[in-house]
Amino acid sequence: MTVAIDRATGKRRGDRAPRPGLGQRLKNGYQKHWYAYAMIVPVAVVLGVLVIYPLVYGLYLTLTDANSLNTARTIGVNHIDATYKFIGLDNYKDILFGPTSYDRFWSHFIWTIVWTAVCVALHYCIGLGLALLLDQKLRGRTFYRLILILPWAVPTFVTVFGWRFMLADSGIVNTALDALHLPTPLWLEDTFWQRFAAIMVNTWCGVPFMMVTLLGGLQSIDSTLYEAAEMDGANAWQRFRYVTLPGLRSVSATVVLLGIIWTFNQFAVIFLLFGNTAPDAQILVTWAYFLGFGQQPRDFAQSAAYGILLLAILIVFTSFYRRWLNRNEQQFAI
Amino acid sequence: MTTTTVETSAAVTGTGAAGTARKPRARGERGLAGSLASHGILIVASIVALFPVAWLVFLSLGPDKDDYLHPGGIWKKMTLDNYSFVLQHTNFFDWLKSSLIVSLGTTVLGVLVAATTGYAVSRMRFPGYRKFMWVLLVTQMFPVAVLMVPMYQILADLELIDSYVGLILVYCSTAVPYCAWLLKGYFDTIPFEIDEAGRVDGLTPFGTFARLILPLAKPGLAVAAFYSFITAFGEVAFASTFMLSDDKYTFAVGLQSFISEHDAQRNLMAATAVLIAIPVSAFFYLVQKNLVAGLTAGGTKG
Repeated sequence: MTVAIDRATGKRRGDRAPRPGLGQRLKNGYQKHWYAYAMIVPVAVVLGVLVIYPLVYGLYLTLTDANSLNTARTIGVNHIDATYKFIGLDNYKDILFGPTSYDRFWSHFIWTIVWTAVCVALHYCIGLGLALLLDQKLRGRTFYRLILILPWAVPTFVTVFGWRFMLADSGIVNTALDALHLPTPLWLEDTFWQRFAAIMVNTWCGVPFMMVTLLGGLQSIDSTLYEAAEMDGANAWQRFRYVTLPGLRSVSATVVLLGIIWTFNQFAVIFLLFGNTAPDAQILVTWAYFLGFGQQPRDFAQSAAYGILLLAILIVFTSFYRRWLNRNEQQFAI
Repeated sequence: MTTTTVETSAAVTGTGAAGTARKPRARGERGLAGSLASHGILIVASIVALFPVAWLVFLSLGPDKDDYLHPGGIWKKMTLDNYSFVLQHTNFFDWLKSSLIVSLGTTVLGVLVAATTGYAVSRMRFPGYRKFMWVLLVTQMFPVAVLMVPMYQILADLELIDSYVGLILVYCSTAVPYCAWLLKGYFDTIPFEIDEAGRVDGLTPFGTFARLILPLAKPGLAVAAFYSFITAFGEVAFASTFMLSDDKYTFAVGLQSFISEHDAQRNLMAATAVLIAIPVSAFFYLVQKNLVAGLTAGGTKG
């Protein structure tokens, strides 16, 4: 094996048939794989410095009572040393079970779950509906497609402001509703309507991605399957149910997972739509940001603890999702 | 928008009903009613997709900051004054510069680092491989809140707050794992025989990578680059927190600065928004086909 670049080499290492001594193994490993390591070094350094180290440091901060008044800082020429102290798991205890923990954590938690579920369901259903329409032979199909991906093409931080103008007290939406003699809710002030508006804007932003990926999935379904189904007398609904949906399964599994992760972590829409004015409409991500950076004094420790809790929720969810897919024998490679 | 979905399923059934009555036909053909319904829904959806953006463009033409409240008046006094004001009297070009430095920096650094990694994990099974892939995967789902606080502290210690380098490094922490993952999927599609041929002809492992694989992987690299650029350009949370002086704002932060507690210059804001949106959307439309293919390939092939 002069050429070490193939999978066989690696697999042979895994066999562990005659196991040489540790020194020999290290030497062999080094000789065979030194350039693999050399190529991974940059990213390992980047990940170590930019992800692992901050993560560990963040974990440490959650075990302290750090805020902007007791961390090290420099005011003018005076440097003030950090005075925060280690308090163990008190932050987590306080967030999850402390007094008013319902208002501070659980209400946001429930709203985040609702937000994620509703948004992803709307993204998926509308996206699939539009993809099905665009998958037909239709005049002006490319034109529709180009217009429909516009919400994805324009940066979110731009479009959210467009929505903000539209939803303002006497903006175009309420003017139109008024002209139709419908009630005109205070979109950006009333809690329920804030949440409604946030879901609406996020749906608007997220549908194009789903539409385009599902359209790709639809076009990769073998058309002979449809012909066969038609020969067997399947009607349109049956063709959709027994050919289209199974054909989309692996794409769906991927985009739904991505959608859930992205929506759960969606920061820009809620932050830009309401700023710090709507405590009840904040999902956990924006709420954690508010605790750490939107108020005075900045509560770094609690904010970091929220971050760790969020990550834990996502990891648990993803592993269940994968297990559930595996049980249903889905092709899902992530 | 909910009504759209409801009608969608109706249209699909309509398609079938119209279709069964006809002679043998190719898939996708349908009767007049189905056609009209499809067009109707698509037109409504297009209007919904288009309207907020069009509205922003329309408002940007009104000279007064409260014009958004009585848009009818804009027709009579339509003007491009907002645009010339934004270009001449605001920090627009500073923001443009910051945005480009940060986005391009992230793109170049991220793709360079990610390409070597993607190649290594695609071609070699070294000890620690699975753990490494797992780390790459988990990093992609970090909420901003996880790294925000520690990053802020670390950058403050290094005095990198309010500097381009700091922001580029932060963005790389999300761009690199994703691009590495995406490029691994792409490198997997390039046959190993090419590497072997290169080695037989006397190239070093790095030579193989740089002179054979990278040129072949150009489309994949392009997707990774577009993706890094677009995410870095549109990022809000880190930029809002880490950039403090207003000539270093990226667009995402600068645009917010038009609305303060005391004053809201909505007309200028709308004009700036349009100026930002036009080149970015044009760029997006140019690359979107590749982007979609790359995203799904990275997602499904792993």
